Amino acid sequence: MAVRDLSSSSSSPELHVLAVDDSFVDRKVIERLLRISSCKVTTVESGTRALQYLGLDGDKGSSGLKDLKVNLIVTDYSMPGLTGYELLKKIKESSAFREIPVVIMSSENIQPRIQHRCMTEGAEDFLLKPVKLADVKRLKELIMRSGQAEEGKTKNPCTKRILQDDIDSSPSSSSSSSSSSSSSSSSSSSSSSSYHDDVSSLDDDTPSSKRMKLESRVHD
Amino acid sequence: MFLKGFLDNQFSELRKLQDEGTPDFVAEVVSLFFDDCAKLINNMSTSLERPENVDFKQVDSGVHQLKGSSSSVGARRVKNVCISFKECCDVQNREGCLRCLQQVDYEYKMLKTKLQDLFNLEQQILQAGGTIPQVDINETDTLLNFANVQG
Repeated sequence: MAVRDLSSSSSSPELHVLAVDDSFVDRKVIERLLRISSCKVTTVESGTRALQYLGLDGDKGSSGLKDLKVNLIVTDYSMPGLTGYELLKKIKESSAFREIPVVIMSSENIQPRIQHRCMTEGAEDFLLKPVKLADVKRLKELIMRSGQAEEGKTKNPCTKRILQDDIDSSPSSSSSSSSSSSSSSSSSSSSSSSYHDDVSSLDDDTPSSKRMKLESRVHD
Repeated sequence: MFLKGFLDNQFSELRKLQDEGTPDFVAEVVSLFFDDCAKLINNMSTSLERPENVDFKQVDSGVHQLKGSSSSVGARRVKNVCISFKECCDVQNREGCLRCLQQVDYEYKMLKTKLQDLFNLEQQILQAGGTIPQVDINETDTLLNFANVQG
């Protein structure tokens, strides 16, 4: 189970968040945002470092550098080397860490198809940069609720399905606003920069099939 | 209105993250940002130096990073120059890029000076036993008036 044991001695359980961003400025800001929201934070500057930290860097015997269980991973999308999407994939492919919620952060330039691809791959949410306190608070509530649903899963199998519907229908203001701003600035399509993946081969799914995909992933 | 238009709402968001326990948070973040600016501008300048051999990919990468960090601290004018800068990069307009580079250099230095003034002013208020009012950053005249009253 990915979420920290909620019956620990502290009265309000603290999430341990791993934040991944190549920008020093952004790392400092996200760290503060998370700390002020009562989370423990570990920041790393690349996807590669994140995998090392978790012990997923190919060294089968290693348990990684982490001293505390990670409850949430927040990663920038466009990073040199391993992108946020590639990091997401590696985490979801790992049996040890696939249950950890992963949130992607990106600037408004991100195309809706890329956002969709991340959600399909299992990203919990998409945060539009610059990240604000309200975003982090909302995220924390979401993760805490999921954790409680995990706890109650054996007792009440319906809880998780209801929660999933909850997540799908929640305002997700950051996702929708980034969609609208992406469509207005669509002239900034795939540049020659190594940050932006070519997603021209992807289908454009309707929201209902996106929901179906998310649900089928949950129930596998 | 000595700061009007220089900063956007994100700067206010950063202020919210500062408290008695972390009174220098905003100053530290903007300091990192200004260091970032200097470094990125220097790198881009090198890439743009020789007309026959401009590394636009490197310049684009620099602009992307600069736009990102300026957005994160609320440096509105710097961010806006980055938008034009990116457009020049996309069409490989070296002259345009050089103009934008010069402008971004000017803007970040201007902001640095103004913020230094703001932080100094706030220090004075705190030392005089006053408190910093939470004002809209684009209404910093209010802050200055308040400072005058505190004397």
